Amino acid sequence: MRFAKFGSLVLAGAFLLGLGAAAQAEDLRIGVEGAYPPFSEKTASGELIGFDIDIANALCAEMKVSCTMVEQDWDGMIPALQAKKFDAIVASMSITPDRMKVVDFSKKYYNTPAKFVAKEGMFTSDTPEALAGKRIGVQRATIHDDFLTTKYTNSEIVRYATQDEVYLDLTAGRLDAILADSLAMDEGFLSRDAGKGYAFFGVDHNDPEFFGEGAGIAVRKGEDDLRESFNKAIAAIRADGTYDKIMKKYFEIDIYGG
Amino acid sequence: MDFSLISENYDFLLLGIVNTLSLVSLALLFGGLISVPLAILSADRHRVFGPIIWGYTYIFRGTPLLIQVYLIYYGLGQFEFIQNSVAWPILRSAWWCALIAFSLNTAAYTTEIFRGAIEATPLGEVEAAKACGMSRLTMMRRVILPSAFRRALPAYSNEVIFMLHGSVVASTISVIDILGAGRVINGKFYVFREGLYSAAVIYLALVVLITQGFQLWENHWHAHLRPRPTSTPLKAPKH
Repeated sequence: MRFAKFGSLVLAGAFLLGLGAAAQAEDLRIGVEGAYPPFSEKTASGELIGFDIDIANALCAEMKVSCTMVEQDWDGMIPALQAKKFDAIVASMSITPDRMKVVDFSKKYYNTPAKFVAKEGMFTSDTPEALAGKRIGVQRATIHDDFLTTKYTNSEIVRYATQDEVYLDLTAGRLDAILADSLAMDEGFLSRDAGKGYAFFGVDHNDPEFFGEGAGIAVRKGEDDLRESFNKAIAAIRADGTYDKIMKKYFEIDIYGG
Repeated sequence: MDFSLISENYDFLLLGIVNTLSLVSLALLFGGLISVPLAILSADRHRVFGPIIWGYTYIFRGTPLLIQVYLIYYGLGQFEFIQNSVAWPILRSAWWCALIAFSLNTAAYTTEIFRGAIEATPLGEVEAAKACGMSRLTMMRRVILPSAFRRALPAYSNEVIFMLHGSVVASTISVIDILGAGRVINGKFYVFREGLYSAAVIYLALVVLITQGFQLWENHWHAHLRPRPTSTPLKAPKH
């Protein structure tokens, strides 16, 4: 009796494992973040929306594969890709030399500069000297984190798991300034109620050494076929107007960059 | 595993150890100080304070520490009047918010541990103290509390270890504690194991130290409970 039960359990387990393997073979699993408006965020009903999500779906449609979106916290994104939790990252990930040591990237699918935000009129300049001794908030493991850690050594860098937490602590008055992608902050913070009274200051930051050439789709090293099919799909949706349609849904300006 | 990442970034881990140890030890100190009077009042079934203390321990033991930390850190920071109050310099800092939440949390658990130990005082000890003519205060100080602390020690050592493990919550509100340091290393080099393994090893080492320390303490305090040797002949007293 006992053995019979155990045996059927093992069988059921093996069956489930088999199902999982079968599903994986025909599916492409895409890692997305879900806390980076307007590129990816979650609606009240838990549905993922945003520019990254729409682009990922358009690319999958173009590549004629069925895709599953897998949500993943930002700071575990690359490790999760390598652990095969998913096969590609479509999460506004900038193509940087440091990241290219561990993953491969498709060509960029958009490129926007980084900028500082603070209370309106609080700062006029964003040089390391102007921000010395100030508390600057940033999302952990981002190009902005890298840039601040290297260049703003006299400021206190406060690191957060998500960009949403950075906004929360800026409005709570715990941070003097924050650095992130200008477009993400414009759409995700400054143009919303929470961002009233806050504004950009300083210059556009796009030093390729830190900020790379734009956001690309990351795949595991050596998966050249997948990378190539993403490149082709990006070119295709750029050519047939799908890209522009998605872009206009979220932004008033051209974010693809020169 | 790339061990050079860990050795090159030992300064983050050191900062993490300092932050974790200071948070946990201060929380245990404040929590302990708060819990003793609460436990006495609670064990006495004080008419006014009894239900209030019961409510306090019920809420803090009944909700996750993570929520308590979030409510103090993000919740209080949302109110303008708190941002303008004199308490803001303290509530502005993530470290202080964590300390406040940890202290209140461990005080609730410790109150219940001490209350149970006080209520379990053998009646004979109380009667003997009364027979000696001790006042209520003297009896509490010289008989009930010392015996209750001895009984509470094993349960309290668990609470200390739970507090150490629970303190990882601080890393979610931007404090660089031991786990936070591991996450900074992970984030910097796009790895996962290096930071988490080094954090786990440090926590493990701390738990070993704490359990060893409590073992020694228990041996010292519970020496009178050890079985006595009966077969050894009595030695003549030395002069």
